[in-house]
Amino acid sequence: MRNGLLALFLIGTSMLGGCTEGVLDPKGPIAFAERQILINATGIMLAIVIPVVVATLGVAFWFRASNERARYRPDFVYSGRLEMLVWSIPLMTVLLTGTVAWIGAYDLDPPKPIASSTKSIKIQAISLDWKWLFIYPELGVASVNHLTIPVGTPVSFELTSSGVMNSFFVPQLAGQIYTMAGMVTRLNLRADYAETYRGLSANFSGEGFADMHFNVDVMPPERFAQWIASTRSVGPALDSKTYADLARPSTAVTPFTFQSVAPNLFDSIRTSSMQSDDALCRSYSTSMRAEK
Amino acid sequence: MTLLGKLDWSSIPFDQPIIMGTVGSVIVVIVSVLSWVTLKGYLPYLWREWITSVDHKRIGVMYIALALVMLLRGFADGIMMRTQQAVAAGGAQGYLPPEHFDQIFSAHGTIMIFFVAMPLVIGLMNFAVPLQLGVRDVAFPTMNSISFWLTASGVLLTNVSLAVGEFAKTGWFAYPPLSELQFSPGVGVDYYLWSLQISGIGTLLSGVNFVTTILKMRAPGMSYMRMPVFCWTALASNLLIVAAFPVLTALFAMLLLDRYLGFHFFTVDAGGNAMMYVNLFWVWGHPEVYILVLPAFGIFSEVTATFSGKSLFGYRSMVLATMAICVLSYTVWLHHFFTMGASASVNAFFGITSMIIGVPTGVKVFNWLFTMYGGRVRFTVPVLWTIGFMVSFVFGGLTGVLLALPAVDWQVHNSVFLVAHFHHVIIPGVLFGCMAGYNYWFPKAFGFRLDERWGKAAFWCWFLGFHLAFMPLYMTGLMGMPRRLQHYDVLSWQPWLLVAEVGALVILTGIICQIVQIVVSIRHREQLRDTTGDPWNGRTLEWSTASPPPAWNFAVLPRVDELDAFWAHKQRVLAKQELPVRQHAYQPIEVPKNSPVGFVTAFFAVVSGFALIWHIWWMAGFGVLGAAVTLLAFMFRTKDEVEIPADEVGLFDRAHPVEVSP
Repeated sequence: MRNGLLALFLIGTSMLGGCTEGVLDPKGPIAFAERQILINATGIMLAIVIPVVVATLGVAFWFRASNERARYRPDFVYSGRLEMLVWSIPLMTVLLTGTVAWIGAYDLDPPKPIASSTKSIKIQAISLDWKWLFIYPELGVASVNHLTIPVGTPVSFELTSSGVMNSFFVPQLAGQIYTMAGMVTRLNLRADYAETYRGLSANFSGEGFADMHFNVDVMPPERFAQWIASTRSVGPALDSKTYADLARPSTAVTPFTFQSVAPNLFDSIRTSSMQSDDALCRSYSTSMRAEK
Repeated sequence: MTLLGKLDWSSIPFDQPIIMGTVGSVIVVIVSVLSWVTLKGYLPYLWREWITSVDHKRIGVMYIALALVMLLRGFADGIMMRTQQAVAAGGAQGYLPPEHFDQIFSAHGTIMIFFVAMPLVIGLMNFAVPLQLGVRDVAFPTMNSISFWLTASGVLLTNVSLAVGEFAKTGWFAYPPLSELQFSPGVGVDYYLWSLQISGIGTLLSGVNFVTTILKMRAPGMSYMRMPVFCWTALASNLLIVAAFPVLTALFAMLLLDRYLGFHFFTVDAGGNAMMYVNLFWVWGHPEVYILVLPAFGIFSEVTATFSGKSLFGYRSMVLATMAICVLSYTVWLHHFFTMGASASVNAFFGITSMIIGVPTGVKVFNWLFTMYGGRVRFTVPVLWTIGFMVSFVFGGLTGVLLALPAVDWQVHNSVFLVAHFHHVIIPGVLFGCMAGYNYWFPKAFGFRLDERWGKAAFWCWFLGFHLAFMPLYMTGLMGMPRRLQHYDVLSWQPWLLVAEVGALVILTGIICQIVQIVVSIRHREQLRDTTGDPWNGRTLEWSTASPPPAWNFAVLPRVDELDAFWAHKQRVLAKQELPVRQHAYQPIEVPKNSPVGFVTAFFAVVSGFALIWHIWWMAGFGVLGAAVTLLAFMFRTKDEVEIPADEVGLFDRAHPVEVSP
């Protein structure tokens, strides 16, 4: 029995260890801290939950009607001390997990910049039907369905949507944040290992949703500089016209890059005044979406 | 502008073999059932005794029957999704294209919440609350019938969308801007909105009805602190209905204005704000969770006390916990969108309020535990569901507290971890509770018990199947799998999803066991007959009358001097301090008269709902007018009660004495 449990435990942990991606395998400080909170809170609660389950099964079994050794106590229906205990156990647990919640909500607040000696880079992310556009405003390039960032460098995201809601999410680097039209959300993260991670939209956004994922290539700063240089030399330019083309619904778009970006494009996508009369954001009508 | 609005032959998906096959077989089943009923001459009986009935017990049974049928539909959707995700890995697209898959998960959520869980809970309250209160009916019997038939109208419209047009492809909460005309130009969202508007009115009326009944109509002597706990939870649940459902109705009205008349409440442009929808939706949505689960907690309390042969431990604590949850449920809605960029203080506040709800819930678990302590626990089917609930639900609560931590929520929100969590509270919480209640009160409703062996088999299949189906989703959720994926390219998710598929098949076996259980029980009803009215050695007043109870419930309204009045009465009889049957001087009893107004109103509601969905304006006008005229005609009725003569009451009562066995 004990060997069986041990084997089960080993299989379980090896399967967990086998996850090469996801929340349990963080690769940056934010995701790492979030996993720590997950583990701590689970530990606190398991300390209560497991005894309760064992007690439930034990009590139900011992006090089965056929057990003549169990004492029948029909008058055991109130006990002030037990009531006290019964209210204070969950209350204590909540005090603990509540503190964890409070600290975590402040420390890991998505808009909070990551303290670092390295200068952060700024990226503007826009969810479109059904792909991601990443603009590097300081570097003047943009890419679609592919995110490239330097290792060990804080990245500061501003996010919005061209229409429906999506949620920007790279599980191994940080928690998710929604993208919403006319609004800007913010997210900060840092990748500490130069690898390729999986990013995705976590919020259902319609027909092409399943293909709204992208790779995040994290590379050493010198290779990142090379990538910027090579991106600047090829590909189309991103301006209001190419954006309007891009914003048309399309599914599973192969990643590509823009060699230049019109200034303030992100702001013009966000502001609603633009959406009402400019061709830019109301780039397709109802019938176009209906066309598929 | 044509006579039939947007409706034409292209609205029927003839090119979809799965849909057409389903629609074909459903039509065959309906036609054969209808012709069997007609040929056997049962139609007048059905009309007289069920369709026009305003008896709370009959209405309760119809609610539950409706819910169980819709459980089959909702489960079919569920297992189709599981199968799709089990196969659509790597380059594979599975067998469901996105436009079909998206409708299936939206329909699954909508049906399971509104047309399975809600009617199950409301049905059980309908059946049991007036009996437990020791009264003859609910406060407004005809309105009760209208409530039921409006719910049935919503069910009908949702199912019609399968054959004519489409259902929403937006998920069950239909967030704008996706649900706005710009992004969802089809009729799917309109089906969703009108079905829920119509059934929502029914639910609201139910809420009003039960709040009034519980506050104003209790047996003589039944003060609040002598009410059975199930009545307390029903009161809390219906207070929540009365406060929360108008929010949903107003919210859907705003979305309808956006879609039909070009308003801009939630649109992308012209100052619309989709986040307002999200807020209001969950201001309804989170209390809704407690609308469902509180009555289930009540059932668990009744079952634990009855089958332990003890009063509920800490009754006052339980009442306090119930009412605390009732109030606190309004303070947590923001935890459904920690990921929308609220400030750290707001997130932290709502994270902590969400956890605080765990306190009264935890108290309940401990009190059930102490109720069994020192008891004589009989492991009947309702008890199995209850213990199954207790050991699963605490883990569902654990993952709930994890999701209430904003920092963890950012990582697992919108993932299948979240899907696993809410199924982990709703299936063991609400569904197990309703199954316990169904097995517990079935003999009261029909006069014979349900078969134990098939009932136990059903429980074990559900219990194992549930864990097999949803535990793997916690894992894939942590691995970064979002919900609602029609296909995926991460092959390491697939083994887990295959296990989940096996779990769904085990649940299917459980559902088959439940169908067999009913058939076997009906065939063996003579052996399973409950002649005493008190098959479980019960504690509350519903067991003090015959099974099934007469239309008037109690020949003489019981006098209540303490908690668990019937149990106390039986104890005194055994101690020979009181006579088993009190000698009654029977009085004639007035019972409410049957009325077709619910059915007819609902018919017109379906007509106008369907017409509004398809923009057939003349027909919509006709439907609204028809419903209004029906209700007006009802208001001018001259006779609304039937008198049962004292002789008949006495005859029935003497034929069904309550026997007290040690």
